[in-house]
Amino acid sequence: MMLFAVILNGAPNAVTLNAWMAGAMIAAVVLTSATGEVLTASAMKSIGDLDVIRARSGLPGAIRAVVTSPRFFAGVFFLAVAFFALLLALNYLNLSLVAPATASLTLVANTIAGKIFLKENVDRRRWAAAALVCVGVYLLAH
Amino acid sequence: MAQHRLLPRQYLILGLVAVCAPLGDSCLARGMTAMPSISLAHPYALLDTLIAAVFTPWIAAGIALLIGFFASYLTALSWADLTFVLPATAIGNVFVELLSKFWLHETISLERWVGVVLITLGVAFVAQGPALTERPAPAVEKAPLEEPVTIGGQPR
Repeated sequence: MMLFAVILNGAPNAVTLNAWMAGAMIAAVVLTSATGEVLTASAMKSIGDLDVIRARSGLPGAIRAVVTSPRFFAGVFFLAVAFFALLLALNYLNLSLVAPATASLTLVANTIAGKIFLKENVDRRRWAAAALVCVGVYLLAH
Repeated sequence: MAQHRLLPRQYLILGLVAVCAPLGDSCLARGMTAMPSISLAHPYALLDTLIAAVFTPWIAAGIALLIGFFASYLTALSWADLTFVLPATAIGNVFVELLSKFWLHETISLERWVGVVLITLGVAFVAQGPALTERPAPAVEKAPLEEPVTIGGQPR
């Protein structure tokens, strides 16, 4: 998606923004993305095990269960906002900054949000995994 | 407390999440690179080009893979925690690095190899734990009602 955005926009505008603006753009992507992920995850938990629903009511039943959930659409809305925020950020900032920063920070934001809002049991093992993957994704995207 | 363990079928779904997302992105990137350059100054030409792009093999494959990713991602979230699914499926990035090394013969820098090792370690960490937060079954009898429910004027 990110690469698609860059290709669509051509070379990013080489505008020198101050650090606060760059931080705000990246924060907007991270926060909207984490909100979308948390809402989507919460919607799927409230719907129940999709494999069970599919076994009972078939694929149409599973699709119906998902598309009739307002929380799912709220999640998709925030994910769409996150995508456009990413497009905007890529228009002003370099891919080599935006890609690693958003990929790794979104993972950390999701872990914190998962603990606070979804009440997931984020034990030391999950924190360690999130931290390792966060640094790893940063290095790969850099 | 019994740990919530996954079935082989559920590991397969997580594998699909991990593989479909990076491969879908790669297909889109490859397909879009082959397209003529697009200018935002001409909206109709842009629309025509984008519609034509959807029917090119790489982009069609990318879209199909991303639809597959979203379907399997939603399925995974219906039986596993978000804080499990996200780190566990990051192994897809490692697959793509290995593919680019051994299939496309690209050079992988030391920095990226360190990234591959860290992600693999992170996935190994999270995969050893439970996939779902165990929650106590809702105890209806124990839940005190804030106000007594009355039916026909009689406290229930």
